[in-house]
Amino acid sequence: MIKAKNNDYTQWGERRQSRMFTRGLHLDIPLLLGIIILSAVGLAILYSASGQSEAIIMRQLMRLGLAFAVMIVVAQIPPHHIQLWAPWAFALGLGLLAAVLLIGDEGKGAQRWLDLGFFRFQPSEIMKLAVPVMVAWYLADNPTPPSLKNIFIACLLIIVPVLLIAKQPDLGTSILIASSGFFVLLLSGVRWKHVCIFMALIATSAPLLWFNLHAYQKARVMTFLNPENDPLGAGYHIIQSKIAIGSGGLYGKGWLNGSQSHLEFLPERTTDFIFSVFSEEFGFIGIICLLALYLFIVIRGLYIATQAQGTFTRLLGGSLILTFFVYTFVNIGMVSGLLPVVGLPLPLISYGGTSMVTMMAGFGVLMSIHTHRRLLSN
Amino acid sequence: MVRQRIKDHIRESRTFNERAAIALAIVIIMIFVILARLVYLQIISHEHFTTLAEDNRVSIVPIPPTRGLIYDRNGAILAQNVPAFSLEIVPERVTDMDQTIQALSEIIEISDDHIKRFKKQQRQKSAFRSIPLRTHLNEVEVARFAASRHLFPGVEIEARLVRDYPYSHLTAHVIGYVGRINVNELKKVDASNYSATHHIGKLGIEKFYEDQLHGTVGFKNIETNVMGRTIRTLEQSLPVPGDDLYLTIDIELQQAASKALGDHRGAAIAIDPRNGDVLAMVSQPSYDPNPFVVGIDAKSYRALQNDIDNPLFDRALRGQYPPGSTIKPLVGLAGLENGKASINESVFCPGWFSLKGDDHRYRDWKKEGHGVTSLEKAIVQSCDVYFYDLSLKLGIDAMSDYLAQFGLGQKTNIDLPGELAGILPSSHWKRQKKGLPWYTGETLISGIGQGYNLTTPLQLASATATLASRGLHSQPRIVKAIASGRNNEPQPVPLVQQERHHIASDENWEYTVNAMVKAVHSPRGTARAISHNIPFKIAGKTGTAQVFGIKQDEEYVKEDVAERLRDHALFIAFAPADKPEIAIAVVVENGGSGGTVAAPVARKIIDHFFMSTSK
Repeated sequence: MIKAKNNDYTQWGERRQSRMFTRGLHLDIPLLLGIIILSAVGLAILYSASGQSEAIIMRQLMRLGLAFAVMIVVAQIPPHHIQLWAPWAFALGLGLLAAVLLIGDEGKGAQRWLDLGFFRFQPSEIMKLAVPVMVAWYLADNPTPPSLKNIFIACLLIIVPVLLIAKQPDLGTSILIASSGFFVLLLSGVRWKHVCIFMALIATSAPLLWFNLHAYQKARVMTFLNPENDPLGAGYHIIQSKIAIGSGGLYGKGWLNGSQSHLEFLPERTTDFIFSVFSEEFGFIGIICLLALYLFIVIRGLYIATQAQGTFTRLLGGSLILTFFVYTFVNIGMVSGLLPVVGLPLPLISYGGTSMVTMMAGFGVLMSIHTHRRLLSN
Repeated sequence: MVRQRIKDHIRESRTFNERAAIALAIVIIMIFVILARLVYLQIISHEHFTTLAEDNRVSIVPIPPTRGLIYDRNGAILAQNVPAFSLEIVPERVTDMDQTIQALSEIIEISDDHIKRFKKQQRQKSAFRSIPLRTHLNEVEVARFAASRHLFPGVEIEARLVRDYPYSHLTAHVIGYVGRINVNELKKVDASNYSATHHIGKLGIEKFYEDQLHGTVGFKNIETNVMGRTIRTLEQSLPVPGDDLYLTIDIELQQAASKALGDHRGAAIAIDPRNGDVLAMVSQPSYDPNPFVVGIDAKSYRALQNDIDNPLFDRALRGQYPPGSTIKPLVGLAGLENGKASINESVFCPGWFSLKGDDHRYRDWKKEGHGVTSLEKAIVQSCDVYFYDLSLKLGIDAMSDYLAQFGLGQKTNIDLPGELAGILPSSHWKRQKKGLPWYTGETLISGIGQGYNLTTPLQLASATATLASRGLHSQPRIVKAIASGRNNEPQPVPLVQQERHHIASDENWEYTVNAMVKAVHSPRGTARAISHNIPFKIAGKTGTAQVFGIKQDEEYVKEDVAERLRDHALFIAFAPADKPEIAIAVVVENGGSGGTVAAPVARKIIDHFFMSTSK
């Protein structure tokens, strides 16, 4: 066994020479390529969806630039530093979430923002990273698969921030954060029996959740169940989105030719519903290519996770990349009428800043995990 | 230990790889779920959605119905719709609202108030609905915007019909006004019928007859081009305009009544006693309702609200005043009908009255007293002592029961919103509302219309009409006829008239009416000031209502009392006394004396009424 492990190390050592760029900037070339291609596709479709607005493209380019910079910076941080800061980052995030509920700014009827005087930000963004980091940190400290007691504590670590965010109310983000923590647990090797019990618990608590939803969240679920009920009100988004996707057909109407989006029937077409614009203009073939691109990034991320040396980095890397996929799945699911509208952007393609920066920071962590392995092994 | 840890490490790694593989499998399955959904949407249902996408070029646009017009009884127009240009914005099509409004304000005058009102509406409405930013643009502004229109996507100039009240102050309290619909009002109406409507009746007739005035919304299917602009109308169902209302009000009489009241605060109401038609209903001071239609600016509204004269307050329907001596003829009738008073009996009035075993003196307005006083003399000269004595004999409850037949203490149920009921006190009422027993002294002051008694001017006019018609009570009404659609003949609204039931015998009616005639036409009558130069007889009764109490043995000197603390002056009248065609109630706040201040107002209304009917 030990021998096999040593073999692995020598393999990595040989590769070292061919990866000067990687060694210098701690970047993972395949992942980077995937992200760049996806961002480029995103800019192209945003150009169409925004009605060929150069101003919007410029703004998105600036955000992308910032996000890439954040990713590169994060990639320089060795994973064991992240492991050291985990509890502190988590505690800070929790404190800020509590602050939001007490003194936060209200925007669009939800209390999500914290005004620091010079800029406003959403503490829930910190939690997108802090929760998987924290749970991974906790589980990695103990032998895996975790004992029932550790599972219970890990669940607490997940549920507290999730409830705080759901209370803001921001259902989409709280679902994401819950699943990121859940993935850490799943990857740590929790017994399937416990997973099943856990699922059953969630299923039985669903009615309880329903009564705690805000009126607009209930309306969204009801609309999801029957959008035709309210074609000019809440169901309008989904109906128009389905029309856009369906009328795209196999080959699509061609770039800049989507009538749904350009006649402005499709609401929020640059943000949450940008996938509908893509489907209308590039058709089913285009979607297969796009999904292949997403799949490639997920596979590369999972590969990085399996190659990681420590339990902490493995769990964290796996959770981050699976959460990325959940983002994608929930967004496409909601615009195509498979899931209720919960207001999550399509990663790397939707117009908008904060969540993109957080996601790129996540990719930075993945790259850091992959490129700092030798240092760990020494 | 070391072995153990390494072994663990490998096992953990293997578990992780297993789990990662399962996760990957699930990811792939989910991607196939998405693909399956998209196959369904894009390939199987492709044609269905293509048709829907084509249909999307056709949109349904609601067309607002034209609001019904309001005329007076002779066809003079009191509320109309005039075209006006308004600047409207569809929020969804505007990327930077603040910047757009800023740029617009450079070519068109836009105040902070306009912006505030716009933002409020923006929060309440869907983003794809257009919202007016400014109304009543003049031609120069329209032209200026048209020249730079390409700079403002999502901003349009719309020609709309705006409600207009040509008589402004004169009809404000009766007709009320329309204003922008708010969220609560929208909940109460059929939302689809109001989908194109921006205004709703807020007060007065506009509110009470909202359903009739509004009409039914129409729709048109329009085809839009790629830019979303209308190419042509495919089909339409025209809106049904609201019903036109014909009021019982005679606007010229209304004008005469308003002029007669002059600068006084108060109300004057004229009713046709034969059918309850309200011929004039004036509450002064009044206000201009027109700014409320487009949205009054906060400063002007505050000024109206803080005005010490309270112009927004409808005194005719909601002002509650003690009726004072104006209820004496009714109390007299109550005495005659209950056998507690007789035409032939007299009471000696020394200028005060006191209850047995109580040295409190209930004073007469005339300090030296009226001497030997019959009922007729008591009405003509408004002797208080006679009615102290009579009400004591009647008792509060018999008196209250009788007066209720004239509608005192009850809403008249006129077809206007917001009417108040006033108070007709009884021992039962006092126990219910105050939880206290009735005191005999309170009976005395109730008998001269003071104490707990409160009436609205409308109620007083309605009671006078009942008195004038010798017991035929007609519910007061303000809408005489309704014409549905623009071309139809107005259909009269059926009268709500009660059967003439026995309130008093003919003998007692004529005795009382005669006493009221003498109050005007005899040399000692309290309203003798208005008896000159008139070919027929007016029956009337003056009244004063105390604004604040006067202590025992204290003289009331008008000049010494601050203007706002002076007595309210009241007067009721009907004419001609034998065959009445008009019944009037006048209340002049702080007017001082009913005979010299309120009665001349009624006389001017009567003069105008008979001058115009004789023409």
